[in-house]
Amino acid sequence: MEAKKLIEVKDLKKYFHVGGGGVLKAVDDLNFFIREGETLGLVGESGCGKSTAGRTIIRLYDATGGEVLFDGMNVHKLDKNKAKEFTKKAQMIFQDPYASLDPRMTVGDIIGEGIDIHNLYKGKERMERIYELLATVGLNREHANRFPHEFSGGQRQRIGIARALAVEPQFIVCDEPISALDVSIQAQVVNLLIKLQHEKKLTYLFIAHDLSMVKHISDRVGVMYLGTLVELASSTELYKRPIHPYTQALMSAIPIADPDVERSRKRILLEGDVPSPINPPPGCRFKARCRYATDICSKEMPEFREIGKDHFVACHNV
Amino acid sequence: MVRYIIKRFIVSIITVWILVTLTFFLVRALPGDPFLSEKITPEIKANMMRYYGLDKPLPVQYATYMSNLLKGDMGYSLRYKNRTVNAIIADAFPASAELGIRSLIFSVTVGLILGIIAALNHNKGWDYASMVIAVIGVSVPSFIVGALIQYLFGIKWKILPVAQWKSFAHTIMPTFALGLGTLALIARLMRTSMLEVVGQDYIKTAKAKGLSPFQVTVKHQIRNAILPVVTVMGPLVATLLTGTFVVEQIFAIPGLGRHYVLSIQNLDYTMVMGLTIFYGAFLVFMNFLVDIAYGLVDPRIRVGK
Repeated sequence: MEAKKLIEVKDLKKYFHVGGGGVLKAVDDLNFFIREGETLGLVGESGCGKSTAGRTIIRLYDATGGEVLFDGMNVHKLDKNKAKEFTKKAQMIFQDPYASLDPRMTVGDIIGEGIDIHNLYKGKERMERIYELLATVGLNREHANRFPHEFSGGQRQRIGIARALAVEPQFIVCDEPISALDVSIQAQVVNLLIKLQHEKKLTYLFIAHDLSMVKHISDRVGVMYLGTLVELASSTELYKRPIHPYTQALMSAIPIADPDVERSRKRILLEGDVPSPINPPPGCRFKARCRYATDICSKEMPEFREIGKDHFVACHNV
Repeated sequence: MVRYIIKRFIVSIITVWILVTLTFFLVRALPGDPFLSEKITPEIKANMMRYYGLDKPLPVQYATYMSNLLKGDMGYSLRYKNRTVNAIIADAFPASAELGIRSLIFSVTVGLILGIIAALNHNKGWDYASMVIAVIGVSVPSFIVGALIQYLFGIKWKILPVAQWKSFAHTIMPTFALGLGTLALIARLMRTSMLEVVGQDYIKTAKAKGLSPFQVTVKHQIRNAILPVVTVMGPLVATLLTGTFVVEQIFAIPGLGRHYVLSIQNLDYTMVMGLTIFYGAFLVFMNFLVDIAYGLVDPRIRVGK
């Protein structure tokens, strides 16, 4: 039995107007869905629009075009009450645990604010709930009266997770939740996220640029390049059989923890830099750096089509 | 927190002591003496010098002055017969203080509101309007504003009384003239600070929690943005209260400003000393208060530092 689709992203666009009439197409024609209870990883290099996509999906940004369906309703067309309800169902864990907690509030208040806004618990129950959340993420109740600056990066990210969990959401966008953390702490936080997912039946959109970490946590992985998905498949399939030339190049960059194999690992090095997303030319976004590029690549944007079960690729030459 | 306050307090006392000592010697280093007048004969002058103890060596004078000061006695004015400096200050300060406090309330409330409006409407009409007011306020000195509004509202249109310090209507123009600069400063500071805070991730966190835009602005943005404004409040309060010199002159207000200017012209040693100590101690005290307020507002500063 296949789980239902909780999130469906259809032709999502998010443009920013930059000076001089330029349009920065941070997210352009993004298409994917996330099934209930699964983790979709989203990878891509810096500036490819991963975070913008995540923020647009949970309504921190308004979409320029396209739609995001959450349980069948378009999240960008909600009235005020429904919009507030949506913030209860969909939460976000931010990249920078240092900047994302209000320095002037105690940890208890940071976690409790969401509970207050949605009138979930009051008085003693509220405090109990805060303590419970702290325990869930591996902190203890004494921490509730402290301020964010008294914690380490890993602890702060745990606070960020507790805060997101406070409103009992179904869906959490994890926007590079581990990239600001020490490597030894990264695994702890990722394992905590996996544990919470099993316990609370959460659905994750996991944004990251660490490929091995994404493979570890995700059921399916999407690869973004310049605002759009180039490939999307189950994580085992994608890592074993990458089709798109960009994905192949990315995969070849993952170090292998076996010195003999590592020595013989062949890297596919991409030429040139990522083109500017401001007023991009028509055709395939990747053509300038693609070694298989042909005429059609600079004329038409390749369609994002399914080539195998659950395996989508946007390339003319497949 | 207690250790922090004690430390700040000791630093404040030392600052005031340095101020007193420097002023004492500097004012006596000025050429001339308080009794420069053609009508005064050398005999009378010598008499007067002896009467006020000015014939003694400087260190002795200093010791006497300091011991009197510790008792709260700032001596007799050399200019006004039989009036102590304490009495003159007690007499004139209320008017200055009232003007200062009125300006303070005016400039802080209006300044904060302008700054917040400007930041919330970043790069829109309201923002530009507020910042034009702020630039004018910062760049036009109070004596020009004072003279200009005095002419327009007092003389030409006859809406407000031209000068003096009697009713509420009398206070409007001086308050405005004195407060405009501070208002502009606060508005600009608040705007910048608000814009800086709005880009922070914790504002996004607050939005993600489901707070309405109004709640995000009040609970997170303004609360964090107001910190730099609190920092400058201490010196600003002192500036407003001491900055009354010129405005008091323009609007003929019987405050301390007039005494300060005259006392320097007359080399009225005790009066210069008294007013400098008074204003100086006031400024230091204000900074002391701000340090404490800062500790209260920002938990990060409070902890054991």
